[in-house]
Amino acid sequence: MLSRVAETLYWMARHVERAENVARLVNVNNLLLMDLPKGVSPGWEPLVHIIGSHEIYLKHYSDFSEKNVLAYMTLDPNNPSSILNSLRAARENTRTVREIVPRQVWESINSLYLYVKDHGNDINSKRNRFAHLKHIIDSALMIFGTLDATINHDDGYTFIRFGSILERADMTTRIMDVRSATMRNIPADLPFENIQWMSVLRSLSAYQMYRQEMGVRLRPEDILEFMLLSPSFPRAILFCLNKLKSLVENLPNNIEMLERIDHSIDDLKAQDITQLKGLVMHDYIDELQIDLADIHLQLAKQYFLK
Amino acid sequence: MTIDWKNYQLKSFFDELIDEQGRPRPHGKKLAQFLSELSDTDLNGARAAADFAIKEMGITFTVYGEGSSIDRAWPMDIIPRIIANREWQKVEVGLKQRVKALNMFIDDLYHDQKIIKDGIFPKELLDKSVNFRQQCVGINPPHNIWAHICGSDLVRDGDGTMYVLEDNLRVPSGVSYMLENRSVMKRVFPEMFEHIDILPVNDYPSQLFDMLCDMSPRSQDTPEVVVLTPGIFNSAYFEHCYLAQEMGCELVEGRDLQVNDDDCVYMKTVNGLRRVDVIYRRIDDLFIDPEAFLPDSTLGVPGLMRAWRAGNVALVNAPGAGVADDKVIYTYVPQMIEYYLSEKIQLPNVETYRCYEKDDYKYVIENIEKLVVKPANESGGYGLLIGPNSTRQEQQECIERIKADPRNYIAQPTLSLSTVPTLDGDNTEGRHVDLRPFVLSSGQQTYVTTGGLTRVALIKGSLVVNSSQGGGSKDTWIIDGENG
Repeated sequence: MLSRVAETLYWMARHVERAENVARLVNVNNLLLMDLPKGVSPGWEPLVHIIGSHEIYLKHYSDFSEKNVLAYMTLDPNNPSSILNSLRAARENTRTVREIVPRQVWESINSLYLYVKDHGNDINSKRNRFAHLKHIIDSALMIFGTLDATINHDDGYTFIRFGSILERADMTTRIMDVRSATMRNIPADLPFENIQWMSVLRSLSAYQMYRQEMGVRLRPEDILEFMLLSPSFPRAILFCLNKLKSLVENLPNNIEMLERIDHSIDDLKAQDITQLKGLVMHDYIDELQIDLADIHLQLAKQYFLK
Repeated sequence: MTIDWKNYQLKSFFDELIDEQGRPRPHGKKLAQFLSELSDTDLNGARAAADFAIKEMGITFTVYGEGSSIDRAWPMDIIPRIIANREWQKVEVGLKQRVKALNMFIDDLYHDQKIIKDGIFPKELLDKSVNFRQQCVGINPPHNIWAHICGSDLVRDGDGTMYVLEDNLRVPSGVSYMLENRSVMKRVFPEMFEHIDILPVNDYPSQLFDMLCDMSPRSQDTPEVVVLTPGIFNSAYFEHCYLAQEMGCELVEGRDLQVNDDDCVYMKTVNGLRRVDVIYRRIDDLFIDPEAFLPDSTLGVPGLMRAWRAGNVALVNAPGAGVADDKVIYTYVPQMIEYYLSEKIQLPNVETYRCYEKDDYKYVIENIEKLVVKPANESGGYGLLIGPNSTRQEQQECIERIKADPRNYIAQPTLSLSTVPTLDGDNTEGRHVDLRPFVLSSGQQTYVTTGGLTRVALIKGSLVVNSSQGGGSKDTWIIDGENG
């Protein structure tokens, strides 16, 4: 596998995964807002924080109205993580490795990009919004499913999986960070706390799996434990790190990579969840994000074209 | 717009499907009937389905200087161009003969230059050749093949004769569109393939791969073959990807390769360096190796020529092969065939005036309004003057260019290119076409594509078929059996 190709496949997967995650995020927020009374509602602003582009946003918009945030999250060329930009990047990456990627995958990525580009305004209509986002999520899942079923499970696929899972872990940390920050400002006994925690789980498609693994009650500590330390939920940080490790085991010259990931896993397991509140939580998430960024840098240093 | 062949406008051109009496040609009967049974809705539906398939399959081409829009959907007309297999067999023989002689000519030029010493080919032409590479003199590529892949442009004139218009020996492109046009047609008109004996075209990628493997300097079962592309901004990038994908080999850019002190070529992989045996390069000579050619080229690989000269890697087409891809040298192909093969040319050249010859020069200047004038070394239709469609001023400017550099211009009579029924809005009208078949030569055997890429001038009356200048394409059917 060419180093350049490995890098391109990695980014292709990250971008598709990101488009899917942003679509999930918007969808869940949309559903959440319908459940919350105006006074309690965090509105749309948290989404901009989650994808970490508050500053860019404020250069182009003066408020966090539904219309503006939706435009920013889905179509805005100024937002590097907008769905359209992610898909454009995924498509450009795929174009440069079309000879590696199964034809059907290229066609799916291409047609998803064209769909979002041509149907961008569907997001503005409350009625079409759900179907629109669902189509994006389903298509992304189909792309990964098609890859799994049709591409050789060799080094190339390892890089695809790696990109996808690293991006997923990154998004999980972002959602935890921002949502827990919003919640800190709400008195704990408010009746809507449950609904908000449910929505945190839902943005990770984790609600049902949480119920199965952790029991029926929604308790903040349990939710954090589940999202950080579940070894079986595919969006939990520990699960993702374990997966990254097992992927790297297939790659050549992997000693430093393995050490890097092991280090993050050990750190994570050593955390006392009950202490993860308020700013401590925020600082820890920061650390985790730096860890994930380091894992990326190590991968790039080891395998990508210099 | 249901097609009524009786009212199909033939004018004075040779039409590939309909004869002078307005009847389908024998091998086109089934196709003509099938088409005339389609309703407006069917035709529009088929056209929309083809456009959709092309967009969805991401079949694109690139036009330089379009800013951010680097790819455009490939324009394909859904009415195929047909050729009877019986005729095609003869064309194939003619192409093989031609490419064989061209390869012998190139090899001769880089060695003893017998054809010059024997007075058949003038030395001055070689001295002023833009594509003759001093760096290639004395090199012996495997099996003495230089132009492994040749795309010759064929046109049919008013009298029905097929002529060779030019030979593309540098990095001819278009074959991926030939293959993709067929896959689109199979999606759009599956019924036609049931009832008509259309010969398949999809053998090309494996033929190409076999030929490339035959060139490997190391004798092993699966040599490492790569396609070298200038990158995503090249106009033929789609094709580079497509061919690498179809052959299952790596698509590399210059920065993926390096030449080590052992004069071998390696590619940089996640496992470290890996030796490369054969490079199907889609980068022009001057850019492939900054050590040997343009020093500031970033597309190429420093030391590539060194590795090639040492016989450690095969380059396809060989550097320097473009010397015969020159419209002045083209005029000598009949003499080459006689000289090297002692045969008569089977596929005729178009009558061509060489502006560096006194009589021809005079004729061209005096009759420029009737002629097509071409620079000897441009491709893609750039720098072309079509006399009858040009203004006085354009003609005058062209004459000035010829005067300044007569060696680099040729002129040909304006051919009345054959037409094929083509959808234009709600009408079906004849549009001019050419045909680019591809010939693969390994030294042991020669393969010709079944048909080739038919390019069509979509604009009414236009003779320019290049996709960069408003041209489109058609699927090309070689039809077996007497009654197609």
